[in-house]
Amino acid sequence: MGYVAVKGGTNAIKASIEQLQYNRIKGGQLLEVQTILHAMKALVDQVMSESSLYAPELAALAIKQAEGSMEEAVFILRAHRSTLPRLHYTETVETSQMRVSRRISASFKDIPGGQILGATTDYTHRLLDPELQTETHEDILEKITKYQQTQPESENARTYPKVVDYLREQGLFPTYQHDNSAPFDITKQSLTFPAPRSARLQTLTRGQTGAVTSLGYASLRGYGQVHPTVGEVRVGQVPLTIAHPHYADDPYYIGEVEVTEVESFVPTTSGDTLDFEIGYGLCYGQNETKAIAMSILDQCLDHPEAPFPTHDEEFVLLHIDSVEASGFISHLKLPHYVTFQSKLDRAREVRKEQEQS
Amino acid sequence: MNTEHHFAFFDEGSKKEIRRALLKAVAIPGFQVPFSSREMPIARGWGTGGLQITLSLIGKTDSLKVIDQGSDESVNAVSIKRLVQQTTGVEVTDATAEATLIQSRHRIPEVPLTADQLLVLQVPTPEPLRDVEASEAKTRVLHSEEDYSGAWLQLFEQVMKYGRTATGADHPVFVHNRYVMAPSPIPRFDNAKLHQSEALILFGAGREKKIYAVPPYTDVRSLAFEDYPFTTESFDGKCCKLCGADDVFLDEIYDEVTGVTDYQCNDTSYCIEQLNAQTSQKGEVEHA
Repeated sequence: MGYVAVKGGTNAIKASIEQLQYNRIKGGQLLEVQTILHAMKALVDQVMSESSLYAPELAALAIKQAEGSMEEAVFILRAHRSTLPRLHYTETVETSQMRVSRRISASFKDIPGGQILGATTDYTHRLLDPELQTETHEDILEKITKYQQTQPESENARTYPKVVDYLREQGLFPTYQHDNSAPFDITKQSLTFPAPRSARLQTLTRGQTGAVTSLGYASLRGYGQVHPTVGEVRVGQVPLTIAHPHYADDPYYIGEVEVTEVESFVPTTSGDTLDFEIGYGLCYGQNETKAIAMSILDQCLDHPEAPFPTHDEEFVLLHIDSVEASGFISHLKLPHYVTFQSKLDRAREVRKEQEQS
Repeated sequence: MNTEHHFAFFDEGSKKEIRRALLKAVAIPGFQVPFSSREMPIARGWGTGGLQITLSLIGKTDSLKVIDQGSDESVNAVSIKRLVQQTTGVEVTDATAEATLIQSRHRIPEVPLTADQLLVLQVPTPEPLRDVEASEAKTRVLHSEEDYSGAWLQLFEQVMKYGRTATGADHPVFVHNRYVMAPSPIPRFDNAKLHQSEALILFGAGREKKIYAVPPYTDVRSLAFEDYPFTTESFDGKCCKLCGADDVFLDEIYDEVTGVTDYQCNDTSYCIEQLNAQTSQKGEVEHA
């Protein structure tokens, strides 16, 4: 029997959900939300980024509920986001105020303030570590103590100048007027084309990590005309403030979020001089691949005249959203009896007509 | 973090925003109003546009009916009903005449709707010109300039190729002599029910972030040529094997064992009502 039975859908759904819930626990293992929060930071960061909701504990909860599926976890968190009223917009975040935990430049060896490698998997050897299979709680505590004893007093609270500001001072980069117009809020307004840059950046930053990466990659290897050099990748905590209702110069501090910020340098030729333009990427948490890919696409979309889909604003912005893409693809599982019946009727009629003539 | 859900899921600000888009849609029949489509706890493409309209309009005294492919018991209809019920506590009903709010995928009920009812249709692809123009920016210009040559050309090409128009469901309509509109994938059979409807009909496309409407007593004509008139799916000589109805949209049901093809009402609640009426007339219960 098809799954549009005249009666019975209710019971079928109930049984299906029960089975799903059982599958999550049938191994008899308890997964604490706190364990996910602390041991799976990369996943938590990606889910927050794609959900455009900075809520580490809720993201960890969504991951537990989704049995680790990114797609499902983002879906759950985005839906939760819809229940939250939008109370305030923060003041413009100044990333020069970031408390930096990692900061590298692929363009210059000597950057003012120096490079901070921080924590990265970039230089690990990706070999399976069998020791992790038998790691105990005691092992962890011992390693924590050992690490803390060998570390000098933390310099974590430092801020660093931006690499691009240094280049501006030297006259190598143009200085632009700050655009202080209120940003286009893509969660409150439907995207229009051509999209304002603020809408474009918002869409890119909450795009599916894999999709943003794929399209950035496509541009890099020939299906686009942007191949940048990474000027600066920085990861750290940025402070957030909201405006005081009466005193404009005395905003309220409301906390901080961790972000990855990328400024890519893209050589362009205008007339007979070689210039540089910036591709910009910023996302929640530490997700450098996504932020870099975003900076490539930002630059691509600034040059829509190129004959490649990665430079086509509608193509890029309308297809990178995790919730929208996975939702519409999966709707194909829903019954299509009526539309198919309708098409079938036409196919038969046309065939009949052709046979008669 | 055990908190109760807000009534009808959304915060009040979101509901107000959606209702504002709805008012504009009603004021400009057939025009696609962009709205700030929210992410929902059901998947994009599974009826989130309809659901957002339903949740922004539903009140505590409403009676809700949800249909998917003509059936109240189809899995997605059940799922949507459960969500609305969980967050509002409203009554649900299968009986079309008793419902004040009806959300539907792919069908307009067989029982004629009244002025006291709202019909919300879920729309996967709201842009009737999408097949002829991939760009959203360009289709908006075509609508504003009332340039529908692409839509006509498409039908003309079908006539040239197949000797007739070959659209399936979602045959485009002309609303209030101004906008060409996708009626959502209702079968051609249901297009006529849009014309001069007593009930307000609202269309929600969640993924595409559009809301549009056919207000009551509005002219809605299916696109066709004088010499190649619009035709609906044909069920000539066929009737429902359960209730005998021959003037409704039928499902084709093939029996693998006997090799026989039967027909049944696609609108299951209509079929059950017909059967109940027949049984009470006879004053006895027949077992099928």
